[in-house]
Amino acid sequence: MADRAVNAAPDILVVGGGNAALCAAISARRAGASVLILERAPKPYRGGNSRHTRNFRCMHAGPLGQLTDIYDEGEFFDDLIKVTGGKTDEALARLTIRRSESCYSWMQDNGVRFQPSLSGTLSLSRTNAFFLGGGKALVNAYYRTAAALGVEIVYDARVDHLEFDGRVRRVMATVDEQQITLCPRAVIVASGGFQADIDWLASAWGEAARNFLIRGTPYNRGEVLKDLLGQGIESVGDPTQCHAVAIDGRAPKYDGGIVTRLDCVPFSIVVNNAARRFYDEGEDVWPKRYAIWGRLVAAQPDQVGYAIIDAKSRELFMPSVFPPVTADTIEGLAGKMGLPAETLAKTVSEFNAACQDGPFQPTELDGLSTKGLNPPKTNWARPITEPPFFGYELRPGVTFTYLGLKVDDTAQVQGPDGPVVNLWAAGEIMAGSILGQGYLAGFGMAIGTVFGRLAGEGAADYVR
Amino acid sequence: MFDETLQEARRQAEICNACRYCEGYCAVFPAMFEHRSFDDADLTQLANLCHNCRGCYYACQYTEPHEFALNLPQALAETRQASWQEFAWPRAFAPVFERAGLAIAAGLVVGFALLFWLAAALRPASGEGFYAVMSHGLMVAIFAPAFLLPLAAMAVSVRRYWRFVGGGRPAISALWQATRAAGAMTNLAGGHGEGCNFEDEDRYSNLRRYLHQATLYGFLLCFAATTAGTIMHYGFALKAPYAFFSLPKLLGVTGGILLCAGTAGLAWLKMGARADLGVARLWGGEMAFVVLLFSVSFTGLLLYAATGSSDVRVLLPLHLATVLTFFLLIPYSKMAHGFYRMAALMQDAAQKGRA
Repeated sequence: MADRAVNAAPDILVVGGGNAALCAAISARRAGASVLILERAPKPYRGGNSRHTRNFRCMHAGPLGQLTDIYDEGEFFDDLIKVTGGKTDEALARLTIRRSESCYSWMQDNGVRFQPSLSGTLSLSRTNAFFLGGGKALVNAYYRTAAALGVEIVYDARVDHLEFDGRVRRVMATVDEQQITLCPRAVIVASGGFQADIDWLASAWGEAARNFLIRGTPYNRGEVLKDLLGQGIESVGDPTQCHAVAIDGRAPKYDGGIVTRLDCVPFSIVVNNAARRFYDEGEDVWPKRYAIWGRLVAAQPDQVGYAIIDAKSRELFMPSVFPPVTADTIEGLAGKMGLPAETLAKTVSEFNAACQDGPFQPTELDGLSTKGLNPPKTNWARPITEPPFFGYELRPGVTFTYLGLKVDDTAQVQGPDGPVVNLWAAGEIMAGSILGQGYLAGFGMAIGTVFGRLAGEGAADYVR
Repeated sequence: MFDETLQEARRQAEICNACRYCEGYCAVFPAMFEHRSFDDADLTQLANLCHNCRGCYYACQYTEPHEFALNLPQALAETRQASWQEFAWPRAFAPVFERAGLAIAAGLVVGFALLFWLAAALRPASGEGFYAVMSHGLMVAIFAPAFLLPLAAMAVSVRRYWRFVGGGRPAISALWQATRAAGAMTNLAGGHGEGCNFEDEDRYSNLRRYLHQATLYGFLLCFAATTAGTIMHYGFALKAPYAFFSLPKLLGVTGGILLCAGTAGLAWLKMGARADLGVARLWGGEMAFVVLLFSVSFTGLLLYAATGSSDVRVLLPLHLATVLTFFLLIPYSKMAHGFYRMAALMQDAAQKGRA
């Protein structure tokens, strides 16, 4: 990188190197603009959190590629409202939904390939289009397309500051430890959230956040977001909130991605490090509850939980990336997991005593509930009696943060005096404009693709 | 058996099984995801099913520098290689796999010297074409055992593999499906038909697939040419040399050209491909094998071109030395992959049928 000069005056500078950034860069380049991408990560880690994704949610009026049946705007929007509890900008959400349909073929045209819904996924074959090979394959395809179109790409490039005089005038960046100044005519920021900045998380959430695991890239540090918010750019989204799910406690601090998920909770009891239960493990099917469990575990001492199952539940969920802790007795399991053995034995026997007879249906709400237990387990409550016993450590894993830049329906960023004429935003950095809380599988990639394309087209129009 | 290699393959397969993003690339992943845990037989079968297309490597978010350090093509290649050595028969020849380059060079030098000397010492009194240099009887005396014995050894090895991975009674339908998969090289097509990632990082290309098909079909045509000649010789007393418009020549020349082009192309691709996505220490031996196959076809074509000239006296022993070396090394060289691959494809078809 150091051996070649970076074009200091591209038509359009794209800050970031994930899905939204690449969609923006490709769209802008196809519209005739010269484009420079500054990606903070080194090449092997390029692509931000997009490298961990696997599908995007896509509206369609009829069968579309790998997508079956119909998924119309109304149903898509209803699904969104269910998970966000109404904390949704309806106009921007409907814009995303409507435009998602044309993304499918656009993505294919730019090198993305789709595959049937993966085994072990919920029935997403109608609503979500899966990328062949997953998100990194998608990112690879976009980089290849962008490079072929003549987009200039620089890795290990950190953007430090955007300088304004009503519009963006100059951009300061650090490439290979050298500070450079760029004078692009327009800028698209697509540099993600701030979830990898643990200090920022801790100042927003509290010290407990230091025990959180970060599921995605260590490079989403929110530097550009912080720089812009510090200069009066309008923000949206709750600055104190992040989307966290319960994941395998042995996962790496960063970048564990999809494999660290644990689907065992509905068939388990979950205790804290005092070996006591704290919530109804069988409240609903896991896909509707994993986000709640991120918060529940975060509220426990040392932000840790322990899911315990017995032999008869071992095959009921997707395999875990690390083998579970295994013991022939509950006391033995407690010893191996560092839990108070006596209390755990008591918790388990109380739970077992509260279990009732009845049909067990692992794939649906079976109503097999405990009786007289507090907190109850309202579905899939079977006594934990059959050795060997298995234990999984749970910790909160942060997926993304909600705080972002406020954009309008052209992806243009809003300053104190209205839209900034030469600044657009796409992807996680503005997703808070649409998604106020909760999450809908594949919606982040839909937002990134739709707004990336809008930003690229808008910026290219502006510089023309 | 080869515990450390299997342990590493197991570690990686368990991570893959919790991810599953690569399900659409090839037959390895759907087969892998049928398991909850992986015993030695499962991993050996998966390893021999893998065609080393590398699609999964470039799509993987867990490759180095990530601490999970996934490199599934390499882990499966190591397992595959170890399994061939484990099943090699007689076992004493297993180390030949690790010294393929040396074995091929030695085979060529010794084979040429031997055949040249035999041709000179036992020069036939009469005979047409090649038989003027070396008699039919002598060729059969050397090549019938040099072909059939290694083939028998290979059969023993594949049988050991088949038993180890739990193969049942071989079914015609499984054989048919395996033949179709191998014939079309569907597992090098990347799931989307655009090929594999062998040439330029994550760029898909069908070039390797087509070059491998040229090699495979070229080889089969050459084999068919020899078979046709044998049948004509013994069945119809039609003896060589044959005219150009005869079955042995038409099959042999077409096959030879395909085999030349295919192996030359594969060798060229291998020069540019990353060695660390296979068994890097065996790169040289694998390359030597491709070059050997090229030499078999190239010297065969040269020999045909030299028909009637005095060059035949050198070219015939040279060509026969390449063929002899190739035959003898069938069970202990890269050639073994074809037999194991067919067995793995059959077992995969059978398992799919049961699932």
